[in-house]
Amino acid sequence: MLDVAVLLSIGRHPVSGRARRAATDAQALEMALALRPRRLTAIHAGPPTDGEALRAYLGMGLERLTHLVLSEGADPVEPLIAHLRQFDPSLVLTGRQAEDGEGSGMLPYLIARGLDAAVVPDVVRIGPADAPNSIPGAADLVQALPRGQRRALTATGRFVATIHPSAPPARASAYGPARRGVIEPVAAQATADLFLSDCEHRPWRPKPKLMRVKRGGSALDRLKAATESKSGKGQLLVNPTAEAGALAIYDSLVEQGMLP
Amino acid sequence: MIATALTTVVLAVLAIGAALAAWQSRRWLAGRPAAVGVVAGLRALPGRYLVDVHHVVGRTPFNARFHALVAGGFLAAVVLLVAMGVAIAGSWAGSRIVWLLLAVVLAAMLAGALMVRHRRRVLRPRELSQGRFARLPLSLLGFSGCLLVVALDQSLGGVMPEALALILVAIAGLAMADLVWGVWKGPLKHAVHGALHLAFHPRPARFHDGRGRDTGLKPLPLAPSEDAGTVEPGTLGVERPVDFAWNRLLGFDACVQCGRCETACPAYAAGLPLNPKKLVQDLVVAMDAEASDAAYAGNPHPGRSVGKAHGGAALPLIGPDAMIHPDTLWSCTTCRACVQECPMMIEHVDAVVDLRRFQTLELGATPGKAAVMLEELRATDNPGGRALSRRWDWAADLSLPRLPAGGSCDTLLWVGDGAFDLRVQRSLRALVVLLRRAGVDFAVLGDDELDCGDVARRLGDEATFQSLATRNVATLNARRFTRIVTADPHVLHTLRNEYPAFGGSWTVVHHTALLLELITTGALTVTKPVGRSVTFHDPCYLGRYNGEIEAPRALLDAIGVERREMLRSGLRSSCCGGGGGAPLTDVSGERRIPDVRMEHVRETGASLVAVACPNCALMLEGVVGPRPEVAEIAELVLAATETAR
Repeated sequence: MLDVAVLLSIGRHPVSGRARRAATDAQALEMALALRPRRLTAIHAGPPTDGEALRAYLGMGLERLTHLVLSEGADPVEPLIAHLRQFDPSLVLTGRQAEDGEGSGMLPYLIARGLDAAVVPDVVRIGPADAPNSIPGAADLVQALPRGQRRALTATGRFVATIHPSAPPARASAYGPARRGVIEPVAAQATADLFLSDCEHRPWRPKPKLMRVKRGGSALDRLKAATESKSGKGQLLVNPTAEAGALAIYDSLVEQGMLP
Repeated sequence: MIATALTTVVLAVLAIGAALAAWQSRRWLAGRPAAVGVVAGLRALPGRYLVDVHHVVGRTPFNARFHALVAGGFLAAVVLLVAMGVAIAGSWAGSRIVWLLLAVVLAAMLAGALMVRHRRRVLRPRELSQGRFARLPLSLLGFSGCLLVVALDQSLGGVMPEALALILVAIAGLAMADLVWGVWKGPLKHAVHGALHLAFHPRPARFHDGRGRDTGLKPLPLAPSEDAGTVEPGTLGVERPVDFAWNRLLGFDACVQCGRCETACPAYAAGLPLNPKKLVQDLVVAMDAEASDAAYAGNPHPGRSVGKAHGGAALPLIGPDAMIHPDTLWSCTTCRACVQECPMMIEHVDAVVDLRRFQTLELGATPGKAAVMLEELRATDNPGGRALSRRWDWAADLSLPRLPAGGSCDTLLWVGDGAFDLRVQRSLRALVVLLRRAGVDFAVLGDDELDCGDVARRLGDEATFQSLATRNVATLNARRFTRIVTADPHVLHTLRNEYPAFGGSWTVVHHTALLLELITTGALTVTKPVGRSVTFHDPCYLGRYNGEIEAPRALLDAIGVERREMLRSGLRSSCCGGGGGAPLTDVSGERRIPDVRMEHVRETGASLVAVACPNCALMLEGVVGPRPEVAEIAELVLAATETAR
């Protein structure tokens, strides 16, 4: 693994909404640093206000980072492809999932199409191929599949890998290197992202689960009740008044025997 | 003839000792510059020795006595011998009186030396170092015994054959040379370096001529310094021995390996890999260019062998193969028990925090869950990464008055991060009910209350601490109140002693002091005395850090408990293991620190242990049963002041 590029986006803390390093992008950088490549290029594309949050990546031991400065709401895909073409890296690493803004889950695929490279999603481990008859430059990958399964792959040539959250955790970001690291701003031209500006933005929240207590029955019944997912039951209230909502919660608690 | 020989030997040995001490000084002078009042320090030296050092040494009266006899006798004998050297030139007639005087001080020293021998050969406390120290009683006895015979003989007119007297003088000279050689690397180093350390101490305010207590950490300048060239830009904290200020290195070098810190250290007692004495000795030997701990002859860091650590003055101190293993550094609970016990006034906790600052700020090497916590703290201003509004979930039905910017109230209640925890919420509810019952005009900050930064600072993350401190100070300075009350001694210490450096200066009161005041003024009436046997566990940050050990006890007495004291209580209390981020770094040992403390509680036979700190409550309640009950002091007061409906 001689020449690695990492794409880093700005994350957003789910509770405070404060800008931070994006979790899986930080893991991608961790993996890139652990590979000890001959050349490591770290790239961020975004508005000039992103500078301070990018320092969290520098704090992981990165000496410099290229910031493709775009206007607010611009689509970063084209400038990233253009910039990556200059460097021609053999491996592009990035997180599987953005936390905010333009770095959507589509971005790795669009970049790979632009670079004419393969995409390997949800990677948890990368290392040089150790089979005796492997092609020089090939890499052994481990890919995360649902339910904790893993798949071993061998990749040759240039490819884009996205990092799964179960990859090795990112090292802590230290204040001193973050302060000393260099952010190199590079002016870039990009078209506005009309799709994203049309979208409605709202904070993600988990789908609420209906809690129910089953009493009686055999052990098998209780196991089924606890494991089978049921839907369509319960009461759906859309924009209820405070009183109606409270009454529904109260009734439900009485029904489940949690209140006298 | 005898006198000439004697004074020649003494003066020669003293000159060699002075030369050795001067040569050794280059080791600690290699440290960073420090602003020290040299003249004021030297002037304060005798007072600091006689008051502050004696206060510590006097806790073990036997040691204090033999030290007074040996050190006093030795110094007086040396002064007399030098004086005799001066007197010989004038062939003074009263020399027999001087010989007699010399015999008296040498007899005192001999008595002290016998006590030293008794302690080192018969009592053999396990915290004492061997090695160079094992020869100490022999040298002391040789010097005082041989010279005593010569001095007595001379005061009687010299009946002994001259050859025998000269042999005795030679033996005494050898013994003294061994003692003075100790100025180089041995027992007597503490005399020279300890005196200089008292004069040039990095915390002069801790002595009786200052405020008497100085426990707040000093801010680390984070912005690159204006006067470029003096400080190497970039490195924060201490990586190598030479990164310490010179007077801090001098302090480590004063260590006499008495092992008092070792017996006081909660981490050592629980078998965590930290022995404060060895830690300081690691720092001492690391001042040499090619350093190894092979010559160390005391107890090791528990679970770690001696002799494998290597380092040097310009080499990193922390590392798996360096002088200090990271586990040792992160075992410290910053409880200050070692500082409280140290007769040489060494500041162990400052050293630990400075080393941690480099690890966290430069390497990002904070271990375990601590790094995760710090990242959440930076993103959400509380260690759990929760919404700040959820700090008040427990008080949803209490409708606590909020203090907006520009508003004013009498008492501001700072609840701290314990408010996110179910256990601590119970004691906070008790406190709020008590404040209501007593009619106190109080309010809370609401969502503007951030974490005070205590844990981040002890973990070395000065940047996050300073960010939180400046914002909290701005929040508090925008409101008017008479005092801040908190149930968390860590908050108390940070707000009272560490925020002044960031422009905050308020009256900060611990809730035990407030509740005592409410009971003594009659705002609260004790209706149901507790009547149980209770022992009080002093929080380190209330007791040792702030000296408040009376109010909680007076409060317990006021609510009618049968109070029992643990062997280690008050300023010499033992830590619960919850300070300094130790629960987050979670270094494993033979036992858990709270288990050790619960042993102390069991020894009193008390059925309940009262705590006054959320961390202590959590740590001690985490001890598996059967064990004495754990109750926050506010909960006890609430039960005792219940009024009939």
